[in-house]
Amino acid sequence: MFPRSFDYLAPESLDDALSMLAEHGEDAKVLAGGQSLIPLMKLRFAAPDYIIDINRITGLGSVHENGSLSVGALVRTHDIERSELIRRRYPAMAAAAPLISDPLVRNLGTVVGSLCHADPQGDWASVMLAMNADIVCRNGAAERRIPVSEFVQGPFTTTLDPTEIATEVDIPDPGADTFGTYMKLERKVGDFASVGVAVHLSFDGRKVERAGIGLTAVGPANIKATEAEQLLAGAELDGGTIARAADLCAEAADPHSDLRGSADYKRAMVRVFVSRALNAAAAGKAA
Amino acid sequence: MAVEEKEMPWVGRSVKRKEDDRFVRGGGNYLDDIRLPNMLHMAILRSPFAHARIEAIDTSAAEAVGGVVAVVTGELLAQHKLAWMPTLSGDTQAVLATDKVRFQGQEVACVVATDPYVAHDALELIDVEYEPLPVIVDPKKAVEDGAPVIRDDKEDQKDNRIYHWEAGDKASTDRAFSEAEVVVALDTHYPRSHPAPLECCGCIADVNPATSKTTIYMTSQAPHAIRTVFALVTGLPEQNIQIISPDIGGGFGNKVPVYPGYVVATAASLLIGQPVKWIEDRTGNLASTGFARDFHMHGELALKRDGTMLGLRVGMLSDQGYAYADAQPSKFKAGLFHVVTGSYDMPAAHVVTDGAYTNKAPGGVAYRCSFRITEASFLIERLVQNAAYELGMEPVELRRKNFVRPEQFPYTSVTGFVYDSGEYAKALDVALEKSGYEQLRAEQERLRAEGRLLGIGVASFTEAVGAGPSRDYDILGIKMFDSAELRIHPTGKAILKLGVKSQGQGHETTFAQIVAGELGIPPEDVTVQEGDTDNTPYGLGTYASRSTPTGGAATAVVARKIREKAKQIAAHTLEVSADDLEWEGDRFYVKGAPEQAATIQDIAFAAYTNHPQGMEAGLEGVTYYDPPNLTYPFGTYVVAVEVDAQTGEWKVRKVVAVDDCGVRINPMIVEGQIMGGLTEGFAMSAMQQITFDEDGNCMGSNFIDYLLPTAWETPAFELHATVTPSPHHPIGAKGVGESATVGSPAAFANAVVDALAHLGVRNIDMPLTSGKVWEAMQQARSS
Ligand SMILES: Cc1cc2nc3c(=O)[nH]c(=O)nc-3n(C[C@H](O)[C@H](O)[C@H](O)COP(=O)(O)OP(=O)(O)OC[C@H]3O[C@@H](n4cnc5c(N)ncnc54)[C@H](O)[C@@H]3O)c2cc1C
Repeated sequence: MFPRSFDYLAPESLDDALSMLAEHGEDAKVLAGGQSLIPLMKLRFAAPDYIIDINRITGLGSVHENGSLSVGALVRTHDIERSELIRRRYPAMAAAAPLISDPLVRNLGTVVGSLCHADPQGDWASVMLAMNADIVCRNGAAERRIPVSEFVQGPFTTTLDPTEIATEVDIPDPGADTFGTYMKLERKVGDFASVGVAVHLSFDGRKVERAGIGLTAVGPANIKATEAEQLLAGAELDGGTIARAADLCAEAADPHSDLRGSADYKRAMVRVFVSRALNAAAAGKAA
Repeated sequence: MAVEEKEMPWVGRSVKRKEDDRFVRGGGNYLDDIRLPNMLHMAILRSPFAHARIEAIDTSAAEAVGGVVAVVTGELLAQHKLAWMPTLSGDTQAVLATDKVRFQGQEVACVVATDPYVAHDALELIDVEYEPLPVIVDPKKAVEDGAPVIRDDKEDQKDNRIYHWEAGDKASTDRAFSEAEVVVALDTHYPRSHPAPLECCGCIADVNPATSKTTIYMTSQAPHAIRTVFALVTGLPEQNIQIISPDIGGGFGNKVPVYPGYVVATAASLLIGQPVKWIEDRTGNLASTGFARDFHMHGELALKRDGTMLGLRVGMLSDQGYAYADAQPSKFKAGLFHVVTGSYDMPAAHVVTDGAYTNKAPGGVAYRCSFRITEASFLIERLVQNAAYELGMEPVELRRKNFVRPEQFPYTSVTGFVYDSGEYAKALDVALEKSGYEQLRAEQERLRAEGRLLGIGVASFTEAVGAGPSRDYDILGIKMFDSAELRIHPTGKAILKLGVKSQGQGHETTFAQIVAGELGIPPEDVTVQEGDTDNTPYGLGTYASRSTPTGGAATAVVARKIREKAKQIAAHTLEVSADDLEWEGDRFYVKGAPEQAATIQDIAFAAYTNHPQGMEAGLEGVTYYDPPNLTYPFGTYVVAVEVDAQTGEWKVRKVVAVDDCGVRINPMIVEGQIMGGLTEGFAMSAMQQITFDEDGNCMGSNFIDYLLPTAWETPAFELHATVTPSPHHPIGAKGVGESATVGSPAAFANAVVDALAHLGVRNIDMPLTSGKVWEAMQQARSS
């Protein structure tokens, strides 16, 4: 690969990284897993003068619960795939991780990096929309929290400041009785999504207490299917409710036709996946 | 009791591949592994537009970059009469654009620098002023009256038509159709795909300023032919040109043509006096080098109600891109597409083919196929299945009823092929039995009742490979024979030099086994050398499944010549008459006295130490083999798939492949070839295509858009064999490298269509993506 030439900076602390970023601003890019940034540099679509590699910074690599779940900026998709805690408590995340690309990409690519990259075909943003997660960012000494639903703006666009570093994604406690899954239509194993659907449900007995649904690759950004979420909140998962929720998600989708399929097809697949997910949840309740 | 491997004859034994030892240790020597002293690096600037006039090119900023040695443009090449070059189909192609660019990705300028990074940086500083022109991406529009003429550089070219070529007989075919009780038609597009070898193309041109010797290391499947083309294009004396193809990381037809990068690197080395290396990147490979297929086909099959085939009518429009650059025999304008009558005894056929220019990359090469046979095989096998639905017949029975029968061989087809041998029904029967075909059909019934969609697809293909008899086959006038030179050393070891060139096919093993079979010298004692034009006899190279039919035959013939001489030497050393000698595996013995014998090693030593007076010393020979005919491998593939009725996704349940390639020299290598071909057939049917938007932007120029299957999605294959030797090949072998790419796409497509046939679905063009399958189901349900 032949990117344009750049200076490589490797700060050892978050403060150093932030001051470098403050100095170079738009001329610099943070490098996390590099699985999106480096392909762009290879094509010379991105040509930053400075690369600020955050991989030597300690304290950004942990996944831990403390009232909520914190996933640090250097947590790799592979770490999520292998985490016992995630498997037990956050099934939508556990389902999504192994569907992201191949082991080579998962070993390096980070969850937070995926959110910052804001590719409408990225899978993590849908999962985080479904889980109502927040991004935590630092700018110099200042810290702010941004709901993922506000953070992701459009294709490859977020509300992140050029001088800001996202330090973690913070996921609310899903409760004791949960259901979650991620379904992805792909042309081959490891492909980006043609359509993806993340579903997270917290139950109170037979009733859905809180529902989260995120849609991948069917709009200019990942979509939070709020109307379907509202319909499901407080409802029981009967056939009619499931069909209605699936319809609302299909309506929320705004896909375009391409080689992967027509807009009608993609919308129909949103409906199929949402109803498959909710039916699986209902079957789990019935069992 | 089973025969011990080591007692088996050498031909037929699954000897482990000799070359794999170096490959698996990372010890191969690929083009990019080669570094010469003082070597410079070249990078290519490509056009962002599919069709535009070049108003001006300013290279001054690029030239000013430190480390840049030269910036080459079409204008500079034109001064040396090198701006255009011939294609292997006798058309012309720009080396670097001068007047216009005619496809996105076309070569516009090259930077030669001390370092590849510098070369790429300087590319960005070349300022090209383009005036965009209307773009034609649809070949049907290209041939309409009034369409802008893409090749206005060619004086006689007044439209976008390239060729019109017909085979078969119109009158008798029209008669057959007028007598038909049933006519079945199919329109289908075989999409543009790409061989996408894992190693892209490249070269190192090294013109020695002191001696004028031009050595070009090149990723070429056909180094000798390239040498001659280079001599003709550049005017360099041919004895001063040496082409060396090192280890090649896959070719599949992509590495047969001459590419602009080769020519510019050579010109640059000549002008600068230093070696110049050009390594193509993936986008360059996918977007500019030989693509494959892109045939718009219309087929009609005339039948009697009882299923007897009466005639076949085919119309085909080929989208060639902006240059007609197939590497194919000059006599046949659409390659061997006219073998489209397939495995069937077709009383009449008429094939009409046309080629059109469009604003796309030039091609199309025969991607793992013998000159457009893939498209032909696909069309007839899809048509036959649809005919069976129309007639209410079981598709395999319709095939069986019309197969060319064993007693009809040699069989002359109405389009002019002479099929050498075949037992089509036998291969079909093995495939049906091994796949549990009847059980699959019963299961299909059962699942349909539950709303599940199981489909079973069959293809009974026949190929025509191994070009070729020189009376019919040449490339740019060079006849398609091939050669072998065999030298037996005094210690009984040997070197075999061939005009063909392996790109992974296992030649170093297979051809050594042929020598072993003829002379008893074990394969490990036979070095097989290919690819260096100074050190191998002339040949046309490896593609179109031709190496075993031509180079393999030449090897057997030269070994037999040497055996004849060995017999004379043995007679001399054993002091008997040659007539009293009998050959056995690796020795001559005296009839009636088997303990009096001379092994091939004894004889080799004698050839240099004790040869008969009056006989030339040494034990070596050269043969140029002109095959009397093509070989016609065949087989039947059965594929079962299950289609998800909601999403249109399909999963392969079973693939059973029965291949008959005559005598199998190394069954393991043959099976490897078949598995590779099935994988590529699966890929073409399921996921591969290179499309263009209306502005001519290439939508398949990287591996995110142009999909290669991995071990994850590639189904398991079950392989079986029948063996019908070729009657004219010295050891009865036929080509096999391409059978599965040729035969299997129709089997996969037939299976998916079969799953939906009861809904009325009759066609889904490749690739059969889930989206297209879903649309087909929607349409069927709503009609
Ligand atoms: C072949 C391939 C296939 C892929 N398939 C999929 C897929 O199927 N699904 C999917 O979701 N993704 C896929 N990806 C993308 C992959 O998941 C990426 O790893 C991910 O999108 C980005 O994470 P990263 O850590 O690699 O980020 P990087 O590439 O390092 O960075 C991406 C962008 O985010 C910025 N950034 C990263 N971290 C931070 C931070 N902490 N603070 C501020 N800015 C930051 C960078 O500056 C850059 O602009 C694929 C990638 C490849 C190469």
